[in-house]
Amino acid sequence: MASVPVLELKGITKRFPGVLANDAVDFELARGEVHALLGENGAGKSTLMNILYGLYTPDEGEVRLNGKPIVIDSPRAAIDAGIGMVHQHFMLIPVMTVAENIVLASEPRSGPFLDLEAACARVSELSSRFGLAVDPEARVESISVGQQQRVEILKALYRGAEILILDEPTAVLTPQEAEELFEIIRSLTEQGKSIIFITHKLNEVLEIADRITVLRRGRKIDTVPKAGATERSLATLMVGREVLLRVEKGPAQPGEPALAVEDLHVLDDRGLEAVRGVSFAVRTGEILGIAGVDGNGQSELIDAVAGLRRATAGRVLLGGRDVSGAGAHERLDAGLGHVPEDRQRRGLVLDFTLAENIALHDFDKEPASKFGWLYPRRLVQRARGLLEEFDVRGGGPQTPAAALSGGNQQKVVLAREVSREPKVLIAAQPTRGLDVGAIEFVHRRLVEERDAGRAILLVSFELDEVLSLADRILVIYEGRIVGEYPPDVSEHDLGIAMTGGGAEAAA
Amino acid sequence: MTAGEPAGGGTARALTAWFASRLGGILVPLAAAVLAFLVGGLAIVATGHSPFGAYLAIFEGTGLNYPFPWLEERERAAAARNLQQTLIVATPLMLTALAVAFAFRCGMFNIGGQGQYWVGLIAALFVGTQVELPSFVHVVACIVAAIVAGAIWGGIAGILKATVGAHEVISTIMLNWIAIFGGKYLFELGGPLQGTQEFIPRSASVLDSARLPAIWGNLQPLHAGIFISLAALVVYHLVLNRTTLGYEVRAVGFNPEAARYGGISVSRNYFLAMAIAGTFAGLAGALDLLGWKSHVATGDFDVGVLGFVGIAVALLGRNKAVGILLAALFFAALQVGTSTRQLDPSVFPPQLAVNLSTIIQALIILFVGAELLIVSIWGARRHIRSGPRRVQPALVEPEATE
Repeated sequence: MASVPVLELKGITKRFPGVLANDAVDFELARGEVHALLGENGAGKSTLMNILYGLYTPDEGEVRLNGKPIVIDSPRAAIDAGIGMVHQHFMLIPVMTVAENIVLASEPRSGPFLDLEAACARVSELSSRFGLAVDPEARVESISVGQQQRVEILKALYRGAEILILDEPTAVLTPQEAEELFEIIRSLTEQGKSIIFITHKLNEVLEIADRITVLRRGRKIDTVPKAGATERSLATLMVGREVLLRVEKGPAQPGEPALAVEDLHVLDDRGLEAVRGVSFAVRTGEILGIAGVDGNGQSELIDAVAGLRRATAGRVLLGGRDVSGAGAHERLDAGLGHVPEDRQRRGLVLDFTLAENIALHDFDKEPASKFGWLYPRRLVQRARGLLEEFDVRGGGPQTPAAALSGGNQQKVVLAREVSREPKVLIAAQPTRGLDVGAIEFVHRRLVEERDAGRAILLVSFELDEVLSLADRILVIYEGRIVGEYPPDVSEHDLGIAMTGGGAEAAA
Repeated sequence: MTAGEPAGGGTARALTAWFASRLGGILVPLAAAVLAFLVGGLAIVATGHSPFGAYLAIFEGTGLNYPFPWLEERERAAAARNLQQTLIVATPLMLTALAVAFAFRCGMFNIGGQGQYWVGLIAALFVGTQVELPSFVHVVACIVAAIVAGAIWGGIAGILKATVGAHEVISTIMLNWIAIFGGKYLFELGGPLQGTQEFIPRSASVLDSARLPAIWGNLQPLHAGIFISLAALVVYHLVLNRTTLGYEVRAVGFNPEAARYGGISVSRNYFLAMAIAGTFAGLAGALDLLGWKSHVATGDFDVGVLGFVGIAVALLGRNKAVGILLAALFFAALQVGTSTRQLDPSVFPPQLAVNLSTIIQALIILFVGAELLIVSIWGARRHIRSGPRRVQPALVEPEATE
């Protein structure tokens, strides 16, 4: 570490109108190091990295590359300086092959023509050197998410990256895929590449990082070596106070089945069978967790239970009543609450005010309205109480939902669903994209609702979440339930079941 | 930092945002109009006339100078006649604009105002010529017939969208042509509803009992229909903002997926919104007929554009009741002020004035439409200089107040 760092950010300050997004942030990266950048949403991680990648120009401060000051005013300049970025959302063209995607924008040519053979050869050479196994001739749309991520990394390496910025890279991966990614990262650093690893997951930081820089509210709080850091110490640095990492909950006291699903079959948008004969029951006073990798039929299953998608076969029973033929409206009235997977696309009307959003399910009933006449003032009154109870910050009843942060938006959705006192509450990905503080709030609230006697169906791609919240865990794989586990099951076993290896184990 | 601070900052921020959005809502259409007149002025210069003289003449032709205290009696009488014309034209324009605006708030683009206008007019004409009723009842009956016809015409497009997903732009355009050619067929020589004059392809005139009363002037007086249009603006505002129906329509317009999740039937609202849009346009047809037209000729179907100008009015008026009122007056004034009979040929040739009016209208639509482009260019500039406009306020807020 005595040598000159490959990269230094000194006193980076970035102001947005009314906001100090980065406040004199220092950051340095040594050669061959994995340096984690840890912080809650809005802590300024993305701003800092966007400055480094040339998407923003800093108001103050300088960037030094190998000890020399450098101006990065565009992603092109960043790439030329050997800085590559793998975004959370991949920027690949699905119908093109892996090799075509990688060489895009700097294609090897022979004459005026694209030299695909040279491209493939170069890709193969890179992928074998860094242990990034991927078929250069496969189409991107046909490979897994984990492999797509490798393509993104290869793309950066192909362009000569010495410094790689990985933005929340494990968010889309299974535990096994994440392990493989860590292997890749190790092999990269062994060969002298330096990695900036952005995340808000504490366990990953401790597994992969050499040093950890924590940002909070735009400021650098500290840079600590991995040795000596614990999840608890990092969480405290991140949030600025002691945080409950594990959900505190007593044992469940399950009662009668409140939601029963029997041999449900559901098609996806393409007309393929996404849910293939799923049966389960959720009892009052328990949280049933459904674990699985994204895209194994969870969305279709939730939609079918909520009445938003027609099941081709099977039954859904709410409190013993068969609601298979009922629409969404009727099921809501029959005691279903639903925190949807995608709060921005489905959970909220972003252009509506918070008061209007909170009324989304019962604007057509008293006291919100009478004989079709709406009472906006009553909506506002009701919203005011709920916003306070759920500690929603950043706006009042008349604020458009779009103006809130993700965490506060989710609190609004949760407030609406819970305040209707449903018998059954579906919570789909309830903490996706939320920071530690908001996650704590949502988790605590879900446990409270369980203890109030509601049946909660929790569907999540986050193993941690399912493990810490659920009283029973079902694993869904390719549209089937492939096993039921107690909450003390090991992450490893669940991970294997989630990728299809558990069918025999559970049987 | 206390807990109260971020909330307070949030309110202030929300207030400024609200104010900015309101201000922007007025400024952009205003800027578009000013810019359009400037460019129109260049066009006048190109024809070798003085833009000031021409614009002054056009302004006087609109009758909007009527309230000026310094007018002489003869001038005031002329101004009154002009203003009556402007208001007569504005009356249906408000309604055809509402037909666009209501559908738009439900996320649809109703190009069918013209067809809905015609079927409304034809229905009112049928009741107004074929049925005999006491005077007030007769007017109401005609209007109801027009509203129903307009609702059906709009509703067809709504049903097609709700059931088979046919895009409303396509279906309303086709319905326009059906209304236009259907109308021509009805009133052509030998057509089923041709009037009493054997060699003139036009309808009979509505009975006196079905005429809207005149309220101002005598040559071609302003009729009471304007009150109905103004009432329709109020109804529009109330339905949209104070009823569950309006809530549903807006929810579907903003985010159909969230509406569906909320238990709202999206397809039902597509149908209802188009049917209601149709009632506004159908009403426009009735008011024109009962207020001053009293009959229709086959040639009228070739030149009717009120439904289309309504799109521009809604666009300029930003789908808001007050905005539509002002925009309708503006477009009506422009049309009347540049019409042949108002202009002194020595100041500005009327045939050029009609073209000038079209140029200005087109420019306004272009500029208002380009707002999106301008805003996004502006946003991109800000983005490059200082980052995204949509920073997440709640999360970054504590930093700002700290």
